[in-house]
Amino acid sequence: MKLSGAEILIQSLFREGVEVVFGYPGGAVMEIYDKLIGAPITHYLVRHEQGAVHAADGYARTTGKPGVCIATSGPGATNLVTGLATAYMDSVPVVAFTGQVATSLLGTDAFQEADITGITLPITKHNYLVKKVEDLPRVIKEAFHIATTGRPGPVLVDLPKDITQAEAEFIYPDKVELASYKPTLYGHLRQIERAVNLIQESTKPLLYVGGGAIASGATAALHKLTELVPMPVTATLMGLGAYQGTDPYFLGMLGMHGTPAANYATLETDLLIAVGARFDDRVTGNIEKFIPNAQVIHIDIDPAEIGKNVVADIPIVGDATLVLEAIVESLAKRDLSGPKAEARRKWLEQTLAWKEQFPLEYGPEESPQGVAPQFVVEELYRQTKGEAIITTEVGQNQMWAAQFYCFDRPRSLASSGGLGTMGYGLPAAIGAQIGNPGRTVIDIAGDGSFLMNVQELATAVQYGIPIKVAILNNQFLGMVRQWQEIFYQRRYSHTCLRSNPDNVKIAEAFGAVGLRATSADETREVIAEALAIKDRPVVMDFKIDREANVLPMVPPNGSLDQMIGGGTR
Amino acid sequence: MKRHVISVLVNNKPGVLTRIAGLFARRGFNIDSLAVGETQDPEVSMMTIVVTATDSTLEQINKQLNKLIDVIKIIDITDVPSVLRELMLVKVSASPATRSEIIQIVDIFRAKIVDVAPNALTIEITGDESKIEGFLKMIAPYGISELARTGTIALVRSNCK
Ligand SMILES: Cc1ncc(C[n+]2csc(CCOP(=O)(O)OP(=O)(O)O)c2C)c(N)n1
Repeated sequence: MKLSGAEILIQSLFREGVEVVFGYPGGAVMEIYDKLIGAPITHYLVRHEQGAVHAADGYARTTGKPGVCIATSGPGATNLVTGLATAYMDSVPVVAFTGQVATSLLGTDAFQEADITGITLPITKHNYLVKKVEDLPRVIKEAFHIATTGRPGPVLVDLPKDITQAEAEFIYPDKVELASYKPTLYGHLRQIERAVNLIQESTKPLLYVGGGAIASGATAALHKLTELVPMPVTATLMGLGAYQGTDPYFLGMLGMHGTPAANYATLETDLLIAVGARFDDRVTGNIEKFIPNAQVIHIDIDPAEIGKNVVADIPIVGDATLVLEAIVESLAKRDLSGPKAEARRKWLEQTLAWKEQFPLEYGPEESPQGVAPQFVVEELYRQTKGEAIITTEVGQNQMWAAQFYCFDRPRSLASSGGLGTMGYGLPAAIGAQIGNPGRTVIDIAGDGSFLMNVQELATAVQYGIPIKVAILNNQFLGMVRQWQEIFYQRRYSHTCLRSNPDNVKIAEAFGAVGLRATSADETREVIAEALAIKDRPVVMDFKIDREANVLPMVPPNGSLDQMIGGGTR
Repeated sequence: MKRHVISVLVNNKPGVLTRIAGLFARRGFNIDSLAVGETQDPEVSMMTIVVTATDSTLEQINKQLNKLIDVIKIIDITDVPSVLRELMLVKVSASPATRSEIIQIVDIFRAKIVDVAPNALTIEITGDESKIEGFLKMIAPYGISELARTGTIALVRSNCK
C-alpha cells in the first residue's frame, strides 16, 4: 500500500514503539500534523520548540526509551539547537524531526529555510536530510538505531515538505544494515583479565561511576562488584543513582562540589575504576593533580573517551554492564583474601571515616536571611521518601539537588551536566512525568532558570501534568553571584534579579497552583500541600537565604583537596 | 609531532566531506592536505588525509573519525609500504632564453608540458611529495605565476596487505 511521507513517518514511529512525541507545528510540517489526527501516538503541544526537545530528553533520561520531538523548518528547527546540544553532551537518545522547505527550494534562501543538518552537525550523533520518500523508512529505522545504541545521542531527521507529501510503498525494514557503525559491546578478554589482576592487587580501589553506567543499566553489576570486593564508590553528577545513594559504601559525588570524602578518596586511591565516566574538568579539577597515586581502569563504550583526558592503564571498550559482569565472574574465581584484602578493608574504613567526619553541612534551617536552600531539598527528600524523580535547572539549585537529594535508583535525576543548560528542568520534568505517570516529579529550580522556559507551564496545565517546580528563590543568578563573591571581590555585575515577577502569580496566571514559603515551617507545609496535588502543576516559591553558597567548592583548576568549606583531612 | 598519511574509507554520501572537515576544525586538528574521490565501489569514497600530529592527537583523530557513522575504515599508512602520489599543475614564465633550461628540468623530473604560450609553460607533474617539492625548488627561480596541487593520494602496496 502506498502512503505519504507524513503517514510513513507516523507508521514508522509506531513500529519503533514510540508512544509520545513533543512538538510545535508550522508550515513545513503541516502535512505531518494533519496525519497526527487519529494517529496511534500521543502528541503534546509545547509552547516553544526548546521545550519539546528538553521534554523528549527528560522522557528519555527517566524511561530509558528514546524521546521524540517535531519542529517546523527555519526558526522551529533552530529553536531545537540548545536542546540537541544538551542531549549530545549528556549522551541522551533523542530523535528530532524537522520540517524543511521543499527539495526544489533547497539552497535558495526560501521562506523559513535554515540549513539545520549543517547547523546541528557538531551537536548530533548523526543527522539526515531526506531527499527521496523511498528512503524514509530506512532513515527512520537507522535514526532510532543510532540514537539508542552504542553511546546514545541525539539524531536529527530533516524532512522537506514535498517528501512528507510524496507517496511511496511502505515497507518498514526489520533490521539495520550499517557497515560503518558497529559499537563494541563485549570487553576484550585479555584486558578484563588484566583489570582483574589489578583489582586483586589493589589496596585502595575506588569505583568512579558516570552517566554511562545509567545508560547501560549497570546498577546490579556495580553492586555485585562491591559485594565481592568491598570498596568505596563515588559518582559524577550524571552517574548519581547508578549506585544506591544510601548504600554505606557510597561517598557521594566527587569534583568541584563533591563531598570531602569522595575528593580525598580520589586523591589517595591506588586504583581508579572508571565506569562510563569521562573525566570532565568539573570532576578532575587540575588534571595534573588528580589521582596522583592511581592506576586507571577505564570502561567506556566510546573508544574516543578512553585516553582523551586521562591515560588509562587498562582501557576496556564495551558496554559497562557486560564488562562489569565479566570482571565479576573472573574475580569470583580468585582468592580475594590475604594482606591485600586486609589493606582494602582498612582503606574502606578510612574513607567511611571521612564520610562521617566531613558530612555535607549547612547552618540553621532558617535565619533572618531566609530559609536554608539545603533544608528545602532535604525536606523534599524526606516528604517524597527519596522516591521522586528530580529534574534540575542549572546553578546552585542543581548542585544543592545533587548534594542533598539522595538518589537510590537510576534514572531518577535528569539534569543538564555537560552543557549546563538553564531552562532545562521544567520541560524535562514534563517529559519525565509523562514517561512516569505514577511517580512524583520535581524540578528543583532557581528563579533565574525558571523564567527561561516558564512558558511550558501552559503545556503542563493543558494536559494536567502534575509536575512540581521548587524554586529556590534567592533573587540572584546565584551561582554566578557565588563566583563573583569568591573570585571577583563581591562585585555583583548583572546578577541581581530583584525586579523579577511574583512566581506565585505567574503560576496562577498560567492556571497552575502557586505556593510560597518564607520560613522552615511554611516550607514543610507547602511541600506537603504541593505533593497532595495530582491534577495540575504546582509552583513552590521558597524565599531562601539570598547569599547562601554551594560548599564545599574546589576552585576551577584547583586540586581536589583545595576545598573551600571542606575541612582538612 | 610527525607527519601521518591516513586513508579513510567513507560512504559516498552528500555532506561526508563537511562532517570530516568539520570534525578536524572543531577539535583543533590541522589538515596538511586532503584528497577525496570515488573508489571502485561507487558507494564508497577514499579520503587521503595528511596531518601533522603528536601520537595522542593522532589517536584522538582516529577515534573521533571512527565515531562518524559514515566512516567505514581508517588506516594509518605512514609506516606501511605504500605508493603515495600527488599531482601538480604549475605555470612558469618562460622567455626564449630560459625555455630550453626549463624543458631540461621537466625531462629530468619526468614531468610533462601540457600547455605552451609565448612567455609561459604549463607543466604537469606527479610524484610523491619530495619529488614535487624538489621540482618546485628547481623551477621557482624562473617565476611561478599559478600553481595547483591535488594533495596526496595513496594505496598500500599489495604484497604487504
Ligand atoms: C542558558 C544559560 N545561560 C547562562 C548560563 C550561565 N549560568 C550558570 S548558573 C547561572 C545562574 C543561575 O541562576 P538561577 O537559575 O537563579 O539559579 P541559582 O544559581 O540561583 O540556583 C548562570 C547565569 C547557563 N548555565 N545557561
